[in-house]
Amino acid sequence: MAERLIAGRVVVAGRAEGEALVTSEPLSFWGGYDFHTGEIIDRHHPLAGVRAAGRVLAVPFSKGSSTTTAVLLEAVRAGTAPAAILTTDADSFFALASIVADVMYSKSFPVIALQPADFATLRTGERLSITPDGIIHGL
Amino acid sequence: MTTATDNQFVLSDRDREMLDGRHGPAPQLAMSILVRMAGVYGARELMDISQAHIDSTIYLGDATLEFAERLASLGARVAVPTSLNVSGVDECGWKDWAVSPEWAAKAARQMLAYERMGAVPTWTCAPYQTHMRPARGQQIAWGESNAIAFANSVIGARTERYPDLLDICCAITGRVPAVGLHLQENRAGQQLLRLRDIPPSLQRDDQFFAVLGHLVGKLAEELIPVIDGIVVAPPEDHLKAFAAAAASSGRVALFHMVGVTPEAPTLDAAFHGRQPAQTIDITVADLRAARRELTTADGRELDMVILGSPHFSLAEFRTLAPLVEGRRAHPRVKFLVTSSRLMKEDADRAGVLAPIVAFGAQITLDTCILASPMLPPEIRTLMTNSAKYAYYAPSLLNTRVTFGSLADCVDSAIAGRVVRDESLWQSA
Repeated sequence: MAERLIAGRVVVAGRAEGEALVTSEPLSFWGGYDFHTGEIIDRHHPLAGVRAAGRVLAVPFSKGSSTTTAVLLEAVRAGTAPAAILTTDADSFFALASIVADVMYSKSFPVIALQPADFATLRTGERLSITPDGIIHGL
Repeated sequence: MTTATDNQFVLSDRDREMLDGRHGPAPQLAMSILVRMAGVYGARELMDISQAHIDSTIYLGDATLEFAERLASLGARVAVPTSLNVSGVDECGWKDWAVSPEWAAKAARQMLAYERMGAVPTWTCAPYQTHMRPARGQQIAWGESNAIAFANSVIGARTERYPDLLDICCAITGRVPAVGLHLQENRAGQQLLRLRDIPPSLQRDDQFFAVLGHLVGKLAEELIPVIDGIVVAPPEDHLKAFAAAAASSGRVALFHMVGVTPEAPTLDAAFHGRQPAQTIDITVADLRAARRELTTADGRELDMVILGSPHFSLAEFRTLAPLVEGRRAHPRVKFLVTSSRLMKEDADRAGVLAPIVAFGAQITLDTCILASPMLPPEIRTLMTNSAKYAYYAPSLLNTRVTFGSLADCVDSAIAGRVVRDESLWQSA
């Protein structure tokens, strides 16, 4: 079987690999993500109670609080951030967290924006690898 | 497919000097982050701002503190008048609550770091109700989701939806990527939300705009919503409640209300003469369902009434005072109002604070129950008139919430259990 490839727009370049965690619902990390555990805690969100640390989180865009970026920075520092974030929109909140994490801790994570049709093909549980050119490889 | 780096991006001479470190290490760091973000936004250039509001003040842990202290230690100074959002601690009142001394000390250090940068210590999430309120058309860089939506929509100032950590970079450099809601052509409405047969009596209810905001936040997704069919002249605090709700359940940074907000004198003006991409009708049944969602408690138990997200205004203190005058909250129920130092002083001077304190209310300043770990674990059930508190408290504080009117909140505090007057919402 041919390897599945999706070409995304590089928002923040990087390399990552992990199990996909996919949602069609936007997420606020403030009030939505516990950086002590890496768990999604927004009770209004379908992924409430699911651990996203180390996974490739596919979420269309951020919503809600401006503090989403700060929560994600704390998660990078604590080692509980997603391995990568895939979006449908070049989301500035997620991108900034990765850029500041690079500046402060020399640790960043890839942020890749996908066409909505490509985003819709992602499935929770599949293993994905992301390369610095923004290509997502289904493993 | 284009990539961020394909855009022609031009820095001014002064931007280049900052990036090269000729204005010192702090503007250099801030400009380097700003330039990388300009690529994310797809900006062609940066532009000037004349004011900023900093949400990075919220202490979460070591990372937010290290970022603030790094900037402060590099000698960072804000280049434009800058107000500060809530912090992680009520500096004077935290000992009355469950805040640990370690948290209080670190949150206070983070406050000090931003004060050292020359920002005005407003410590409020409602800076638009202070002397730092921007003017219509003013280019600003604001963090804090409710404040962004209010400044853009109710005042007609111009800010993108700035995240924490970037707001301060904009303030230090006085520059922002020239994109998004800073530009007139991007401020047109995109989605028409029509109120269908919503009676004026319901629109005047003090829960109405919070409930409508909660619903609009979810319907709007990433679009700029235009609400048509408002037949009342809402007080500013009702629009504040709407903005906070819509920016919690959704990502709304700009909305238009036809006949109410400054960029929407007419439907046509709100859409800049174009056609809406999408039209959705909103009925009383939709509003009832949205209101039900804001209540996550199922019984009548009540540990605490919480008011003031966004921070309580002088007008809200004035509305609350006659409702509690000469009455007493139930001894088992806490009654907390979160506000700013400036508003509390104004309320005191206006003579409306004393009856509220005599009722048994406590006032927390500088922060709120979501930004400071102040609630003791025995507080399990809350009641509020704030859709923002109702939205976030279940996830952040592991509490259950009942949403109600201000009068319901007062009556419940006195009764010691949840009491709601449902007549208006049932009959509408």
